[in-house]
Amino acid sequence: MIVLKLAFRNLIGAGLRTWLNVVVLSMSFVVIIWQQGLLDGWNQQARRDTIEWEIGGGQYWHKNYDPYDPFTIEDSHGLIPAQLLQSTKKGQAAPVLVAQASIYPQGRIQNVLLKGIYPDQKVIQIPTDRLKNKSVDLDVVPAVIGTRMAKSTHLHVGDYVTVRWRDTNGTFDATEIQIVQIMKTNVGTVDFNQLWLPFDQLQKMMQTPDQATLVIMAQGHENIQVNGWIFRDHDFLLRDIKELIKSKTVGGMVLYFLLLFLAWIAIFDTQVLSIFRRRKEIGTLIALGMTRSRVVTLFTLEGSMHSILAALMAAVYGIPLLRMQAMRGFSMPEMTDNMGLAIADKIFPVYGAGLVLGTTIIVMISVTIVSLIPARKIATMKPTDAIKGKIS
Amino acid sequence: MQNNHIIFINKLIKRFPMGNSEFTALRGINLTFGKGEFAGFVGPSGSGKTTLLNIIGSLDSPSEGEVRVMDQSIGNLSHKQAARLRNKYLGFIFQTYNLLPVYTVYENVEFPLLLLNKSPGERKKAVLDALEWVGLTDKIKSRPGQLSGGQCQRVAIARAMVKRPQIVLADEPTANLDAENSHHILQTMEKLNQELQTTFLFATHDSKVIGYLRRKISLVDGQVAKDEKNKSSKSRGGKK
Repeated sequence: MIVLKLAFRNLIGAGLRTWLNVVVLSMSFVVIIWQQGLLDGWNQQARRDTIEWEIGGGQYWHKNYDPYDPFTIEDSHGLIPAQLLQSTKKGQAAPVLVAQASIYPQGRIQNVLLKGIYPDQKVIQIPTDRLKNKSVDLDVVPAVIGTRMAKSTHLHVGDYVTVRWRDTNGTFDATEIQIVQIMKTNVGTVDFNQLWLPFDQLQKMMQTPDQATLVIMAQGHENIQVNGWIFRDHDFLLRDIKELIKSKTVGGMVLYFLLLFLAWIAIFDTQVLSIFRRRKEIGTLIALGMTRSRVVTLFTLEGSMHSILAALMAAVYGIPLLRMQAMRGFSMPEMTDNMGLAIADKIFPVYGAGLVLGTTIIVMISVTIVSLIPARKIATMKPTDAIKGKIS
Repeated sequence: MQNNHIIFINKLIKRFPMGNSEFTALRGINLTFGKGEFAGFVGPSGSGKTTLLNIIGSLDSPSEGEVRVMDQSIGNLSHKQAARLRNKYLGFIFQTYNLLPVYTVYENVEFPLLLLNKSPGERKKAVLDALEWVGLTDKIKSRPGQLSGGQCQRVAIARAMVKRPQIVLADEPTANLDAENSHHILQTMEKLNQELQTTFLFATHDSKVIGYLRRKISLVDGQVAKDEKNKSSKSRGGKK
């Protein structure tokens, strides 16, 4: 307790030297927490948006379906199983039929995916209700597209575009599609190169009545065994996000350790200088009756207390700053929208207790270690030399 | 304690390594000191005064022979035991004062009491008493940087005396002071020696200090050349 008191006294007594270190360390605290909070916020937002817009409470995939293998799509549809049909009728599932096609916007050819979905579904947030009240006549098929798709095809609401596809019997056919809605979504994977059509009309186009490629389940759904269909849960469907956030976190760690390293260097330097300049003081402390180990503890505590002061200082300016950022969000550059991952225009950082506590503990422990390394030299000092300010 | 001696030195030899050879700083010292002595080691530079003082102060250990302070053998003490001995029984006064620069006068004097785990009330009383002995009660809040050399040394005396140690070891305490301050300091120490019966041991070659010693031990080349009562001492009493 006395050593703690003395360490605090020495630290405050050192004046500007202490406060410079504290400022550097506090900035590391704030930036580390902000950056990790931003990644956590992005992770949460990406997961939430992907669940709400694309995957719901999990999906049943036709056994042949592999979204990463375009050759499987042609054969990956089947009759919707009775259990899933029942859930669909209750509004707890949304079957989707996926087909490959080409469109010809502005005279160009572009390969797209056609996705048929019930206009009445409420399982995901695609604005399918805009597909309602349109004729099931194949002459003009209504379609909802995303902003990214609209941008790449130069299509606007009300525009017509020719679509050409091959049905399940291998027959090529074509019709006009009218864009009835351009949706804005953070989830690029329901937008890029995709047209959302009424389920019945796509079934008719593909000659696949009552068939679907996948069935999106409402949130809270419990996994049941369905013959010929494979249930994909959140762990499976969100693995891309998880991997990307993981890689971003690793990238973030570089900055994290760079910032910490700067603070460590500052404190290490202070400690080395301190022990060099305060040799006489060290000798005096030993002469006055302190054991060497107590003096080592005193100097180590002095170093590690930088982190306590830094945490307090970081709280003073960091809490309002981080709070403001959490409320106002962090605007993401426009180009990140094309990364294929759910990135909102603004990311709202999330600062969990675990993040703040974890960062504080890591900083405190690391600073203590950095402080201890030079302080150990005290144990080898000869007090008779130290009193005179000599190096032994 | 051996024959009421608080310091007992028998055949003390101290060697220091010097490259591949050794330098013998003390060669067979035999001395004893009783309570309340006001004695000093005098001699030229390199005669072994400071080395002897350091060994008595358990800051260094003998190479051969025995040194017992407050009935504890210095050569056999662990770092921890030596620290406890210094903490409890010994006070130090250094040539360069060695005050802790970031502490105030009050905090500097209070420091040894903190190590002794004295209560805040006890500490306050003892610190104020010690500062009164040295006449610095008006400088309580000053830091060492704001004091003159004489005032700093008086703070160092207060710090050495605040815990009322049995022995005070003073290494060239007046070397950085002018004549007036030197006399003032020495008179203060002499007064404390008489009032508190604290044993004062000096290492000095300053004639002003020598003038106050009641016992003068002359060291030459690490040996006691002369151990005598100082007949010309300005000191008014005390016992040997």
